[in-house]
Amino acid sequence: MKLAACINHVPDTAAKINVAADRMSIDKTGVTNVINPYDEFAVEECLRLKEKNGGDVTVISLGGDAHKESLRKALAMGVDKAVLLKDDGVRDSYGVARGLADYLKEISPDIVFFGKQSVDYDDGAVGVMVAEMLGLPSVSVVVKLEVAGGKAVAEREIEGGREVVETTLPAVFTAQKGLNEPRYPSLKGIMGAKSKPIEERPLTALTAKAALVQMQKPPAKPAGRVIGTDATAVPELVRLLHEEAKVI
Amino acid sequence: MKILVFAEQRENKFKKPAFEAVRAARNVADQLGGEVIGLVIGGAVQSIAATLGGYGATRVCVAEDPRLAMYSPTAYAKIIAAVAQAQQADVVMLPATSMGKDLAPRVAVKLDAGLAADCIALKVEGGEIVATRPVYAGKALTDVKMTSALKMFTLRPNVFSAGESADASAPVEAASLALADQDFTCVVKEIKQSSGKLDVAEADIIVTGGRGMKGPEHFGIIEQLAQALGGAVGASRAVVDAGWRPHEEQVGQTGKTVSPSLYIAVAVSGAIQHLAGMSSSKYIVAINKDKDAPIFQAATYGIVGDAFEIIPALTAEVKKLLGKS
Repeated sequence: MKLAACINHVPDTAAKINVAADRMSIDKTGVTNVINPYDEFAVEECLRLKEKNGGDVTVISLGGDAHKESLRKALAMGVDKAVLLKDDGVRDSYGVARGLADYLKEISPDIVFFGKQSVDYDDGAVGVMVAEMLGLPSVSVVVKLEVAGGKAVAEREIEGGREVVETTLPAVFTAQKGLNEPRYPSLKGIMGAKSKPIEERPLTALTAKAALVQMQKPPAKPAGRVIGTDATAVPELVRLLHEEAKVI
Repeated sequence: MKILVFAEQRENKFKKPAFEAVRAARNVADQLGGEVIGLVIGGAVQSIAATLGGYGATRVCVAEDPRLAMYSPTAYAKIIAAVAQAQQADVVMLPATSMGKDLAPRVAVKLDAGLAADCIALKVEGGEIVATRPVYAGKALTDVKMTSALKMFTLRPNVFSAGESADASAPVEAASLALADQDFTCVVKEIKQSSGKLDVAEADIIVTGGRGMKGPEHFGIIEQLAQALGGAVGASRAVVDAGWRPHEEQVGQTGKTVSPSLYIAVAVSGAIQHLAGMSSSKYIVAINKDKDAPIFQAATYGIVGDAFEIIPALTAEVKKLLGKS
């Protein structure tokens, strides 16, 4: 079984985000980048599928040299091959999807996994766009997956429950938290990953379909009011919620 | 100018975000001059279609087929793209629900369209739609325009107002369908409802418990308050990672981003990733023993004190109020 996981390298969710002076990007000062948290579930699921069904796992990232750090993390977790689609420019989701789809077409995996969204731009679009570009079915926001006999049954999270989706393979899936518990790389894995090669591919520039006008911090909220320090403050809180906020 | 809006229904009932999207499209169409075309897809949905007129749809296209009773991303996306082309739509809007978010990227590729996902505001500037969308889970906001010929937007639920239905009905027409078996390679077989629980993504009131609840056995008081308010139970990442609550309840950057009318954070410290997921709530109440907890900076109202004492009192007071009024 040929498996592929596409990963992104993004600011840690613990990072404070400030907008740069040009108001078109974030201020990268002091921001640590990590593998996109949802992509860890994607890598883990591919590794589990390989352990069960045999095959190999390729991990792919599109971006600058910094992305090698996350590719090495995936190698340390145990993937067989890492590929960097080198692109230092800024792309919209469509452009990222196009770059990934062109490469995936060459290796034609049985299963392609993404995280359900990248926690930087939060589009949640690239995985499904790639599926459409490859002419494949897809199931997004997957919390459970079973693969057997050229078919897959996936459970995807929806409002107030789950949908059980049956799909033919090859297919694209995007991973939601809860799908699995990603493994920690072993020390041996980490040491081994340092010397493993990362294949680099250049990418041609692409015209974007979306243009950023500006970026800003959300408007600051007025300072909150501390109403009290014990249960005697409760009636006043309820009064405020009822009469001032009018939410109950 | 024509705006096509995918109006999501489940079990022959429109989802509220469908009305919100139709109304938002109407507001844009009023500024740019044009019509709003609703699109309803399902097994037998003809009877509900006309009601979209009450929210501003000029007319409504219906795609009916027994095979469409259950959601199929491949078939639904094909229909949306085909109707957009047949109607010569300039803009396609979908609610950013789990279904809308699953469909939009596929439709965008079919139509060669730029897509702004999960928008929280749409304005018209110089004859163009400028969408505001949060990035980094709301730690920053971007204004974006689509540079493609056809433009697509998904709209975050609970943010755009659907308004009252004007009690008007819109003319309904059948969309021409050319569906083949291979359009159903991927299809929903079954829906598993979480037993009677309100989802945080849909709730208008959320009561979230944090690590300060000390253990899963203490979430009963959170559930009781949520129930008294008719709201949903939320959980912080620490609580979910500790296995105290299911991940579906997680609010924050690696959970759900929510914007209810009222968000009550109980014994939640307010880590950056949590604040990112809930700070767009309209009113925020923080209850925490630690007066320096960052959650108080996001809160509209706060009580510095012991949740185990305050929450039962709050539940009783809420019951008293709602029992009376």
